[in-house]
Order: sequence, then C-alpha cells, then structure tokens
Amino acid sequence: MQKSIQLPLTKKDVQSLKAGDRVLLSGTVYTARDAAHKRMIEQDQAGEPLPIELTDQVIYYVGPTPAKPGQVIGSAGPTTSERMDLYTPRLLEKGLKGMIGKGHRNDAVKKAIVENGAVYFGAVGGAAALISRSIKSSEVMAYADLGTEAIRRLEIENFPVVVINDMYGGDVYEEGVSTFKKEAAEDQG
Amino acid sequence: MNEVTYEEIVRNVQEMCQKANFDLGEDVYAAFQEALSTETSDTGKEILNQLVENADIATQDRVPMCQDTGTAVFIVELGQDCRIVGGNLIDAINEGVAKGYQEGYLRNSMIYDPLNRKNTGDNTPAVVHIELVEGNSVTLHMTAKGGGAENMSRMKMLKPSDGLEGIKKYVLHVVEEAGPNACPPLVVGIGVGGNFERCTYLAKKSLFRPIGERHADETIAQLEFELMEDINRLGIGPQGMGGSTTALDVKIESAACHIAALPVAVNLNCHASRHQTVTLG
Repeated sequence: MQKSIQLPLTKKDVQSLKAGDRVLLSGTVYTARDAAHKRMIEQDQAGEPLPIELTDQVIYYVGPTPAKPGQVIGSAGPTTSERMDLYTPRLLEKGLKGMIGKGHRNDAVKKAIVENGAVYFGAVGGAAALISRSIKSSEVMAYADLGTEAIRRLEIENFPVVVINDMYGGDVYEEGVSTFKKEAAEDQG
Repeated sequence: MNEVTYEEIVRNVQEMCQKANFDLGEDVYAAFQEALSTETSDTGKEILNQLVENADIATQDRVPMCQDTGTAVFIVELGQDCRIVGGNLIDAINEGVAKGYQEGYLRNSMIYDPLNRKNTGDNTPAVVHIELVEGNSVTLHMTAKGGGAENMSRMKMLKPSDGLEGIKKYVLHVVEEAGPNACPPLVVGIGVGGNFERCTYLAKKSLFRPIGERHADETIAQLEFELMEDINRLGIGPQGMGGSTTALDVKIESAACHIAALPVAVNLNCHASRHQTVTLG
C-alpha cells in the first residue's frame, strides 16, 4: 500500500507511519549533509540561532550534482545517514520531525526518534536521476560557500520513500532482513 | 616505439568520465533484469524497477545516474613499447578528469586534505595505478567509485589456518555489516593473498571485471559462485530492506603471499558499477 503525505509533518502523520510503509512525500524539505550538520551544531553550541526553523520539518541528506542549464537541480539521491548520527539527536530535540537518507542509524538516533516522535525515511540510493524528477524547485537557504553541501529548500512532489525507523521503534532493515533470511534458510531445507 | 599523445589521453579520459556516469553498463543492466525475475520481495522488485528506470533516464537525459559521481579510479596497462609524448601520463589523466567532470555537470567530491576538507573544485586528483605490460599500446580502465560503498569496505590479515572457510566467513561478515549503507544490490570485489597493500589493490581490480564473467581459475570461480549463493541468502536485499538480491556478482583476484599470511580484502561496490575501458596506440 502506498500512502501520500503533505509536508511539513504533523504529529498525526508521524503516528500513522510504520516501518516498511511506502510513502510519496510532497511539500518542503531542506537539504543538509556532513558539513552543514557540523556547522549547525557549532552554531547551536555557540548559542546562535540556526539558519532554518526546524519545527516539524524534514531534512534530506543529499549533495546534488550541479544543475545543467534548464534543470531545477542535478541528480539528487540520498547519501549514507550514519555520518549525521552524531548531530541528529540535538536536531530532533529542536523540533526536527523527519529525515530522508539511506542506511543504518545508531542506537542514540533510534532512541531520539522514539522519544521525540519523529520518523526516518529511506530513499533509493543510486536512483538519483529518477528522484530529481520529483524535485520541483531548489533554493540555497544557507551556507552557500559549502557548494553541494549547502542547505537548500526543495519543493518536492510525490517523492518516493520507505519508512525505515518509525516512532514505535520499528526498523525495516532489521525486520525485512530477518524475514528474508529465514525464507532463504527454509528454501535450503 | 609507438607513441600516444598527451591530448589523446585527455580527450579519451574526458569522455570516459561522462560515459561512465551517464550510461550504466550493459552487464549491470542485464543483471538488474535477471534480479527482477528472481527477487522474492515486492519492495525489492519495486526498487529494482526504479533502478532500471533511473538508468534509462540517465542515458536519455545525459545526467549522472547517481549524485555521487565518485572518485575517478584508473588502472593503466602501459605497454613497455609505448611512449607517452607531450606531457606526463598522470597529468593527462587529471586534466581529462577535470574537463570531463566540469563539462558533464558531474559532482566534485574530492578534497585536498582529509583534515582541512576543502574541495579541490574539479574532482581531481584521480587515483591512478599503473601496470607495466608487454606491447606497444596503452589501455585505460576507469571507474567512478562511490563513497558509500567504499566506506563499508574492509581488510583483514587472516591466519593461514583460517583457510577457505575463514575467507568466506569474513566476506559474509563484511557484507552483513555493510547492510543498506553500501547501496545493495552490490558487486563484491575480493582480494586474497599478496601483502597488505597488494591485497586491497586486487579487491579493487576485481571490480573492473564485467558482471557475469567467472574467473579463469576453476577453484576461484567456484569460490565466487559459492560466495554469491551465500551472500544472497543473507536476506539483505535491494537497499537492505529485505530480499533475495543482495549481490549482483562476486569477483575474486588472488596473488602469491608470505607463508605466515592470508590477507583478505573486501571492496564493496554499489549497484552503480560504473566502468569504462579504452585502448590507445
């Protein structure tokens, strides 16, 4: 079953999502990866305001390729999320509701997802040309000096994701793999 | 003595960088189709379908299939009767990479220094390995190697007593630990033997072989086959969300080693297994 969700996320949206759900996201997301996360946390620690308001927002971990003339954005698939794990619990505390990336999160992030009622979505790594078709506009909001790693505001339409970690502690990587591992063992007899 | 010019190398490298990033190899494309016919997970099938569609869009629109357009890695087979004229071979490769990445709107992912982390702005330097071979031509093998899968690659000095079973166990451990992070379905490149640095080079080199091709040595071919079966029973599946397609292929290269050693390196490649080859001269 495929769900459709309009961003920013509401509490009700997050409550309705379970690990393994396929979802089409539309609305606003912000991009940030390694360098932008590091800088946001440094600003936060220095008592400065963050360059974007995080409440109920979704961050997409991506460093797009440069846009060709006539393109809104270049290819823009997800990068590996675990490199942001160190910074993520603090951002969730500050109101961030969702993240889009790929790959495992550490225990501290999974715990913070449950505690703050948030959700972690996975997009298909390496499907960057396809994904960029669901991005309708892109505007650099902060840290322009970081180039591909700058914070951008994207307007997306029917952006395909799967719920990886839900607010109930569900984890599609653990559940999916154990199901199919078991199936393979049974097939082998 | 045959001559190949600096400009010829620049021009060819420039084209290889773009072609590698825009056009998924026929071998990988065929492996996706094969996987679609065997994958047991619905989500896994949906992901594989998206990857096929993604490859088609990249080719049609001349855009990179993945935003991580990689480190440009070259294995150069330089014939000992071939002379490069007009400049240095490595400079020519770097100039080709810089031009190819800029002209193709590919992402610059290289930084000057692992600590200051400032971007070099043109995706150079390339990583270049040169092998001196017989003949009077030069063959350039290029791959655009993504960072996600490279980050999950591992190396271990096993004990000789660990043997074949130890090698298998270690490879499965690396693939399992990588899980979704390395963007499965994977191509698993394995180096066995050599010394510490030779072993990791063999693992990388094995990834340049086309998908579906088995090693000429029967024992190694058998090990590739068995590991492929074992890896696909791990349940990891496309993007790690569960399924029967975890590896598109397993490649092994081996070399002589010390009596005390059994080095094993596992270089993981994501499904965007991008490689190009050109022979000049």
